[in-house]
Amino acid sequence: MPSPTLDVRYTAQLARINLSEEEIATFQSQLDHIIQYVEKLKQVDVSGVEPTAHAIPVFNVFRPDNPRDWFDATTALSNAPRQANGLFSVTKVVE
Amino acid sequence: MDLASLTVTELREQLRTRAASPLEALDAIERRIAAVDPLIHGYLHRDLDQARALAASADVSLLLGGVPIAIKDVLNVRGQPCTCASKILRGYVAPYDATAIARLRAAGAIPFGRTNMDEFAMGSSTENSSVCTTSNPWDLTRIPGGSSGGSAAVVAAGEAYAALGSDTGGSIRQPAALCGCVGLKPTYGRVSRFGLVAFASSLDQIGPFSKTVRDSALLLNAISGQDPQDSTSVAQPVPDFTAALGSDLKGIRLGMPKEYFIEGIDPQVDAAVRAAIKQCENLGAEIVEVSLPHTDYAVAVYYILATAEASANFARFDGVRYGHRAANPANLLDHYGRTREEGFGPEVKRRIILGTYVLSSGYYDAYYLRAQKVRTLIRQDFTQAFERVDAIICPTSPEPAFKAGDRTGDPLKMYLADIFTIATNLAGNPGISIPCGFAAIEGAQLPIGLQLIGKPFEEAQLLSIAHAYEQSTPWHLRHPPLSR
Repeated sequence: MPSPTLDVRYTAQLARINLSEEEIATFQSQLDHIIQYVEKLKQVDVSGVEPTAHAIPVFNVFRPDNPRDWFDATTALSNAPRQANGLFSVTKVVE
Repeated sequence: MDLASLTVTELREQLRTRAASPLEALDAIERRIAAVDPLIHGYLHRDLDQARALAASADVSLLLGGVPIAIKDVLNVRGQPCTCASKILRGYVAPYDATAIARLRAAGAIPFGRTNMDEFAMGSSTENSSVCTTSNPWDLTRIPGGSSGGSAAVVAAGEAYAALGSDTGGSIRQPAALCGCVGLKPTYGRVSRFGLVAFASSLDQIGPFSKTVRDSALLLNAISGQDPQDSTSVAQPVPDFTAALGSDLKGIRLGMPKEYFIEGIDPQVDAAVRAAIKQCENLGAEIVEVSLPHTDYAVAVYYILATAEASANFARFDGVRYGHRAANPANLLDHYGRTREEGFGPEVKRRIILGTYVLSSGYYDAYYLRAQKVRTLIRQDFTQAFERVDAIICPTSPEPAFKAGDRTGDPLKMYLADIFTIATNLAGNPGISIPCGFAAIEGAQLPIGLQLIGKPFEEAQLLSIAHAYEQSTPWHLRHPPLSR
């Protein structure tokens, strides 16, 4: 495993967060420090160990598919920053 | 009598016997808030008119009939703001009740007031709130802990009878310890997370803050149980958590994990927790040394798994369905990038970036998968220890409340504030923090928390042990030196 290579500028693009140059510099040094810290997990022998995704294992939870009252369109749109014709208004996706 | 100084149990008795009315209980709290919250800044929002309407029609025969409960700003309460102390949710009004809130209402309680928190529950000092910082009632220059710092501070300052918070890595227990109140993180799956704004879904759990252990048991009675709307809530029977209170500690085996009594822990905290362990022994408990050998890795595992889950959960903040939206975006990328730049604070950005990185191609196995495997080992530590003991006893936090501003520039140092609480979330066990003494620091008396960790779904026994200790000590009866 190579040494930590968290590239803040690139990863922030993946996460869809714009950052200022100043933030990039600060985060880069802080996150390098944190990555260095979590490298300690490399010391642990995990051969043959199964990963845990949830502390209390619960599988295949079903409930009856019964209709019930929930949001109407007006309620669902009540917090929308932009709406039109009873729909969420989004930024243009295709030209 | 000042109603605001009462515990929930005492207030219930006043209301049930009609010695006081729910409106008087609410007004007493509002007066106390007016007197002390300008010093504490524990509340972000209150709707007194709405609460008064509920109080006027409260059914005092119910479990929590007419009792106002403060709510961390991360839980949806229909018709009230729910901002997670973040700019990205400024103006958001919850269109529905979280299940825990619906259950509080069904028990007659009145959700009253939104308490301050670290933005999206990311932090250990409440300094990451985008709105304001909250002061520790015992020393206003110090932090109340976090992320549920507002809930802990308002209970400790007597400006709430009790409160709800959420605990992902210690966010209930650590502020409870630092503010000198009781804070309970139930077993993962005990309380439905539906309507809790998700941070790390495999770790988040809702729980109560209160002045006494009995009050936390009462609140847990109200909010527990499986919920069809949260597939991770568990079909375990919900006992009456107050029923076991009052038993002594004879025959109880308490495990003292040697990894939690380490160098670097504050000497006054160490002494107070050791004295508390001695006290439990005096009450009949048998103290057994246990080992949780992977403790030292818990913080590292946590900051991989919690940030990974957060990076996925926070994709929902896209400026479309709710929340902040950047003005006049040039295109979709610009829309997302600026919306999230403008809406999230620095700690949230840092964690999303870290979480995105550990899940990204080429690093997934090295970080995320490995952390999940070490999580298995941490869980096994607890399973093995609990073969020998009924509960684990240790400090909640390695130190009392620190000064505001002390750690804001050093995220890793801030993360290490949760060193004793994080493993419990990774393992899923319930944990409680109760007052066990005070540290004299720079002229202030700062509360110290004792942490008890129980077996999964054995909150009844955990609360009974905590109650036995609490009732044999004076710590829960002390109040911060705010003018009453």
